[in-house]
Amino acid sequence: MSTFILLTVTGLGLAALYFLVASGLSLIYGLMDVLNFAHGAFLTLGAYTAWVVVDATGSLLLGVAVAIAVGAVLAVLMETALLRRMYGSHVPQVLLTVGLLLAITALIRSIFGTDALQLATPEWMNEVTEILGAPIPNNRFVLIVTAVLVYLAMSAFLAKTRYGLIIRAGVENRAMVTALGIDVRRAFTLVFAIGGALAALAGALAGVINNAVSPEQGMSLLIFAFIVVIIGGLGSFRGSALAAVLVGLLQQYANFYGAVGAGDLIVVLMLAAILLVRPQGLLGRAAS
Amino acid sequence: MTKATEGTMLSVRGLHVHLGESHVLQGVSFDVRAGGVTALLGRNGAGKTTTMRGLLGLVPRRGEVILDGEDISRLPTHEVVRRGIGYVPENREVFAGLTVQENLRLAERPGSRHHYDLVYELFPRLKERLKQRAGTMSGGEQQMLALARALLNDNRLLLIDEPSQGLAPYLVAELTEALARAAELVTIVLVEQNLRMVQRLARDAVVLDQGRVVWSGGAADLLGDGELTRQYLGVGVAKA
Repeated sequence: MSTFILLTVTGLGLAALYFLVASGLSLIYGLMDVLNFAHGAFLTLGAYTAWVVVDATGSLLLGVAVAIAVGAVLAVLMETALLRRMYGSHVPQVLLTVGLLLAITALIRSIFGTDALQLATPEWMNEVTEILGAPIPNNRFVLIVTAVLVYLAMSAFLAKTRYGLIIRAGVENRAMVTALGIDVRRAFTLVFAIGGALAALAGALAGVINNAVSPEQGMSLLIFAFIVVIIGGLGSFRGSALAAVLVGLLQQYANFYGAVGAGDLIVVLMLAAILLVRPQGLLGRAAS
Repeated sequence: MTKATEGTMLSVRGLHVHLGESHVLQGVSFDVRAGGVTALLGRNGAGKTTTMRGLLGLVPRRGEVILDGEDISRLPTHEVVRRGIGYVPENREVFAGLTVQENLRLAERPGSRHHYDLVYELFPRLKERLKQRAGTMSGGEQQMLALARALLNDNRLLLIDEPSQGLAPYLVAELTEALARAAELVTIVLVEQNLRMVQRLARDAVVLDQGRVVWSGGAADLLGDGELTRQYLGVGVAKA
């Protein structure tokens, strides 16, 4: 029983990471039709920004806050300076965002080296709390609580604010939002800022649970984030949350109860099944 | 270049639209007088909907679009709409995942008064369904919502595309009366296949064929002439 609880909580911790990366990715695609591969770079930048700040000040909280700000600012710069000229042109978008991912990862590698760097975290985060006999690392609770707070804040933002309304409507029919006299470009920039901030937050928190940051962490998390986005439904914020939980738990259970590596395999099989049975994803809308 | 006639609110000159390989609009020119309804007619594929979308900048276009003396042809869509143009698209295009109230809130244009009284007077059913998701409403109710979005703001001109499409006859009659009331308040350009509705509402008519204007004048002159309606629209019109 304690093993199952441990697997469930660590699975939910993984799901929290996937959700933080995938939700921004999903909204960006839903609103702007942009498959943003550079999202992985925001994640890595977030992790290294947190590392630099923690190294200089010793404050993890400050490190995470600065990482979020850096992620948001860089995402806005990328959207306004580069991507805005390429809306509607999918091949140049993919080339640009993949290029940025590779270039930023290479830049980080050249500055900080290829080896992982240890991220200092408060002692209590590395201690464990027992739940029904299962020793759960405290940092998993930090991750889960953060993701739940982000989910609640984003849900309130999407439901209660005018920009939230514009984003939800824009995911459905961007042209019609424009035909109501609304400048959707501002919403584009805002969604990019949110996506960049959440990815950077995820990067910093991935550093917390691994106690280290590495140049490749963005790329490896990005692959699973894309899978989560597709399973949840492109453009669906709630779908990303649901799919992240399913993927995170399935991976943990399959890795423990099945063979080594079974977690990744089962997630890919789940993706294939969803694409065959419900191509719009769990909570996505079918194309009309 | 043809000069706009006096009392003209909207003047379209040499409007060209290419969609992919197709040259859909081939120099469309017409005027819309201020007040009342101008019907934009033509057979299927004549370019009526593309003209609407071209006026709004929803498709890449070339040519002049003058609204009350201002050239709006180079403005992005949201700026065109902010000049006081409301749009009711073919197929309604309400936001299915949003409630009726959210659809209306989204349509509220900053800097404009919001005429909820008028909207609820014309379409009382919407007031009863504010919390309902638009995607779960009937076609007629969705059409009411699409019109309500356009009537909510201080608009000078409404572009309304096929409002009767797919509606039951009693709903078409209801809608026609709502549009007649709206036409007392704002100038309307109406694309419509239902010629009874056109006959009831339109003062002027412009007929398109294969991306060009082939006839313009009084709607009564067109619809009262069986030969003209057969020639340009391919149908006869019963006497009202």
